[in-house]
Amino acid sequence: MTAISDPQSVAALAAEAVDNRVNLDFETEGMTLNMGPQHPATHGTLRIIARLDGEQVISAEPMCGYMHRGYEKLTEVRTYPQINALINRIDWLGSFANEVPFILAAEKLMGVEAPPRAQWIRTILFEMSRIANISLFLGDFGLQLGGMTAGFYAFRDREWVLNQIESATGGRFHPNFDRIGGLKDDLPKGWIESSHTAMDKLLAFCDELEDLLVGNEIFQARTRGIGVIPAEIALSYGLSGANLRASGVDWDLRRDNCPPGLVYDKADWKVWTHPDGDCFARTWVRLQETREAAKIVKQLLDTIPSGPVMAKVPRIIKVPEGEAYVATENPLGEMGYYVVSKGDLVPFRVKIRSASFNNISIVPWVARGAYVPDLISILGSLYFILGDIDR
Amino acid sequence: MSQLSSADTETPEEAAPEIDEAREAVLAELTERIGDGVVGSHIRPGDDLWVRVDRANWVAAAEAAKAMGYRFFDFLSAIDWLPSPFGRDMDSQEDRVVSGAPAKEPEAMVQGYAGGETRFQLLARVYSISAGMGITFKCDLPDDDLTAATWTNVYAGANWHEREAREMFGFSFDGHPNMINLYLPADFVGHPLRKDFPLLARRVRPWPGIVDVEPMPGVADEEGEGE
Repeated sequence: MTAISDPQSVAALAAEAVDNRVNLDFETEGMTLNMGPQHPATHGTLRIIARLDGEQVISAEPMCGYMHRGYEKLTEVRTYPQINALINRIDWLGSFANEVPFILAAEKLMGVEAPPRAQWIRTILFEMSRIANISLFLGDFGLQLGGMTAGFYAFRDREWVLNQIESATGGRFHPNFDRIGGLKDDLPKGWIESSHTAMDKLLAFCDELEDLLVGNEIFQARTRGIGVIPAEIALSYGLSGANLRASGVDWDLRRDNCPPGLVYDKADWKVWTHPDGDCFARTWVRLQETREAAKIVKQLLDTIPSGPVMAKVPRIIKVPEGEAYVATENPLGEMGYYVVSKGDLVPFRVKIRSASFNNISIVPWVARGAYVPDLISILGSLYFILGDIDR
Repeated sequence: MSQLSSADTETPEEAAPEIDEAREAVLAELTERIGDGVVGSHIRPGDDLWVRVDRANWVAAAEAAKAMGYRFFDFLSAIDWLPSPFGRDMDSQEDRVVSGAPAKEPEAMVQGYAGGETRFQLLARVYSISAGMGITFKCDLPDDDLTAATWTNVYAGANWHEREAREMFGFSFDGHPNMINLYLPADFVGHPLRKDFPLLARRVRPWPGIVDVEPMPGVADEEGEGE
């Protein structure tokens, strides 16, 4: 299942060769390059200290913490509904997707299940935040590599899905719409039709971008064979989401370990993988993922059952004693919450397992031996949101 | 059918309805590999498996799990089981003292699933993609020696997680290649995720929850009554 394709083993050998080179007794005069904390390729305030030998990176060490907001500490003094508003800000481009695993963990501990209609709408909004998140990546990655057009197209078409999220939840970026036992509200009138239109626009956007960006010769030259991550290395670093599937690992939590409360099994869709494990593969997998997400939304829109959107839950939410870990396949990868409850209004401890934290911890490994311009490709294609690293 | 006789299900394929048996089998194999290292366990059928190992076998547990196909590293962190005097509920010890009420008796320390004897517990999770199951590991760390061996040689991704656990809880990991702060400034004093580390924002403005549990206008009213 996780066969290492040829370019991958070559990259592993190359990394080993760099290791040997670094350990040489004599040293050419090195240079330290500081990228960030403010840099267009860092989606926030990540700072990277790279030691260079000529054009080659000898070591790259990300410095985190410029945006650390202490969410794990704050969760210990906030009630569950309050935490819901807080964790919206972890991955701010796909906010609704942050809420879902936390709510599902609380529901699991309470033994509550959302009514079918709420599960359907939850899944639809989850996929919409995926589209909002990844379409920005597609445009922004083009921007970082010098393809300005892609950026403008992405911002233009992302509006379609943001408008849908806004008209259903009231928030463009931070919906705070999920509740323990269901959803805050039902869908507004006419939302299903307008969502179909929006998804058609997004599907057209994917086609457009495939021609414009992914098929572009310069783009391919900047990404193919760059930053190759073998599957075994990716697994041991805990890479997840498109980064892992681009290394040929056929694993998607939506399909393989979907927590109850989401209805991915009700739609017909496909998990895409790519054998190469390079920057191009990661972009390509994400592009396909956006397309599949739009297809999932379109199918689920047609089959939403009627009924209430909220189960009977007590007004004051106390979660029974216990521990639960629930993870979902978020736009950036596996996002999970390990919730320890002592039967109070507030959780005793919440460990937030965010995708970008693991995804970016591989940078020292993968940047080693890369050239400086490739560092931009690598950082861009690993795709992180700073709030998702620092929490 | 006794669970001990299910030797052929030791590498559980696609989760059958008897997913509980699959986890029992995983636990049995883990016990076989690290022997007395397993000091506690808990299974929630169809959901999750918790295994508590002793400190000497912390790395052995990771190696055993990896050899059993648990190659995906999820996270590594810790839990401080000390009942916090700050903000545990609406009338925590601190709040009562501030408002002039007599102080409460501190609660007893109760560890969660798979038990435990110490205040600090390491918490780590690995996942098997082929089996579709995860294992949550726990490990007691005695108060006077908050050290454990590093997992980085088994799961490279543990590197940053251990750095985070070090600064947030004050642990140290033997053999870690780069034991420096990840988030906090180098001269930061204290370990923020310990329960006895006060959250200053919470001190300045006491419990906000007591106003917020009032019913929300509209929906909450109808739904709350049906409890």
